[in-house]
Amino acid sequence: MEASLAVDLLGIQMKNPLVVASGILGTSASVMQRCAREGAGAVTSKSAGPEPRTGHANPVTLAWNGGVINAIGLTNPGCREEVPLLRETRGRLRALGVPLFASLFAPSVEAFGEVARVIAEAEPDLIEVNISCPNVGSEFGTPFSATAKSAAEVTAAVRKAVKLPISIKLAPNVPEIGRIAQAVVSEGADAITAINTVPAMLIDAYAGKPVLKNATGGLSGAAIKPVALKAVWEIAQMVSVPIIGTGGISCGLDAAEMIMAGATLVGVGSAVALEGPAVFSRIKSELEAFMTQESYPDLASMRGKALPPK
Amino acid sequence: MKTTVNHRSLGGIMRPYRVANVLRENETTHTLLLNDRLPEAQPGQFVMAWLPEIGEKPFSIHANIPLALTICDVGPVSHAMVNLQARDRVWLRGPLGNGFDLRGSKYLLVGGGYGAAPLSFLAQEALQQGGEVMACLGAKTKADLILVDRLTSLGCYLRVATEDGSEGSQGLVTEVVEETIDAFQPDCLYACGPTGMLLALADLCQRRGLPAQLSFEALMRCGVGLCGSCELPEELCQRLGLPGGWLVCHDGPVAMIG
Repeated sequence: MEASLAVDLLGIQMKNPLVVASGILGTSASVMQRCAREGAGAVTSKSAGPEPRTGHANPVTLAWNGGVINAIGLTNPGCREEVPLLRETRGRLRALGVPLFASLFAPSVEAFGEVARVIAEAEPDLIEVNISCPNVGSEFGTPFSATAKSAAEVTAAVRKAVKLPISIKLAPNVPEIGRIAQAVVSEGADAITAINTVPAMLIDAYAGKPVLKNATGGLSGAAIKPVALKAVWEIAQMVSVPIIGTGGISCGLDAAEMIMAGATLVGVGSAVALEGPAVFSRIKSELEAFMTQESYPDLASMRGKALPPK
Repeated sequence: MKTTVNHRSLGGIMRPYRVANVLRENETTHTLLLNDRLPEAQPGQFVMAWLPEIGEKPFSIHANIPLALTICDVGPVSHAMVNLQARDRVWLRGPLGNGFDLRGSKYLLVGGGYGAAPLSFLAQEALQQGGEVMACLGAKTKADLILVDRLTSLGCYLRVATEDGSEGSQGLVTEVVEETIDAFQPDCLYACGPTGMLLALADLCQRRGLPAQLSFEALMRCGVGLCGSCELPEELCQRLGLPGGWLVCHDGPVAMIG
């Protein structure tokens, strides 16, 4: 029997668990619609903040076989401009049976609440709260994801501002990600997205300079899959809310492993660089083939399989 | 379980090249001849060129043996690039994107202003394969033309149009192209230049039932299909019959029309 990839996230029905990760092609209705047409189960828009931002100057991204490093710098039109874009996108995605997740960020706890209230006007299916972008440290200070206290404060502010489901996006570079997950869930997070990119940099020996214009950036792609698996595996043991497991997923087996670590959905980002949005249909059919071959009738039968017995 | 991935070039991390020689094309446009070549570059593909502390921009490939980039001075990065001297370093990642595909044996190449840059590489490949190449170059004035001598010396037939009539026919290159299609009967049209010119050519080719390959220019940031900066506007995609969400860096820069 063919395995089923259908999944229910907080009452949101999805045809498959693959999500376009935030920051990847989430910039326009047409490009998000393309990702949905090419097989993504859900699409996350690029993070919107309180004001428009042009982001960092080039170089902003380098990609090689094994990893991607970026410091785009939260380029976005500002949350007010973003609302009509999200509305348009939501309409187009609904026609395809694909939910829209809207990502947002802000420079302060209060501003997180305000941006969330604005974004909620577009009625996305879920709001993803980006408290972990590693590329704007010089402007915003330490990411809110660095401590359980600051992560919880942001969560509380967004929870108070909106009724929509919220997922908090956590950073991997903390000593105990499970405790931070616990703190945000206790303040009302409906889900956890893990992980954001891993802080990193490249230096060119001939130039004797950092390569990214921002000097430092975030590492993603195959290189960080083990980091992401560990984070999700730890979070799944600490909280019972669904997890959107993101980091280095580029084939069906990667997706299966992420689900076995405890993820309900699987984010796909850097893999888009290799193949374009067509990557979603490939990962989907590989995951389906694996599940059929290994006799997993559905995602629930595979979820958390790699977790230690309770 | 078998995994099949159709890997494309990601460009990797940039690596340093040295300028071997600088050729002056016109007042604002220079061609940098570099000391090495790119692996497997196709005409129409591009590179991202980096100068530390100045910035990184996309440039089409003028030739690959040796590697040559034609740069028009339009902004801070290109300004620094045209002022490079022999022995200076420039860092490149690439080749990136999808280039031109040679179809048939009679090729009509159309360049607008400095947009003609990738056509010499294409002409070279086409002539090497035994094809016949007719090139139409257009620019505002004689001083804005590039590649006139290069394409002639390679063995292309050439027609030129300038808006002020200071060289060749007076008017837009698209008018010359229309006449040339009748006289030359090409199998495919290849063009690079301003968007307005490309759209006019797309309309012309659609009317004539002539396949066209059009190379678009865009603001490019990541260069590898992740950031969405270079998406071709939806109304242009519709007009050209391209799928929505078409990314110049990933799906192009060359769009296949018809």
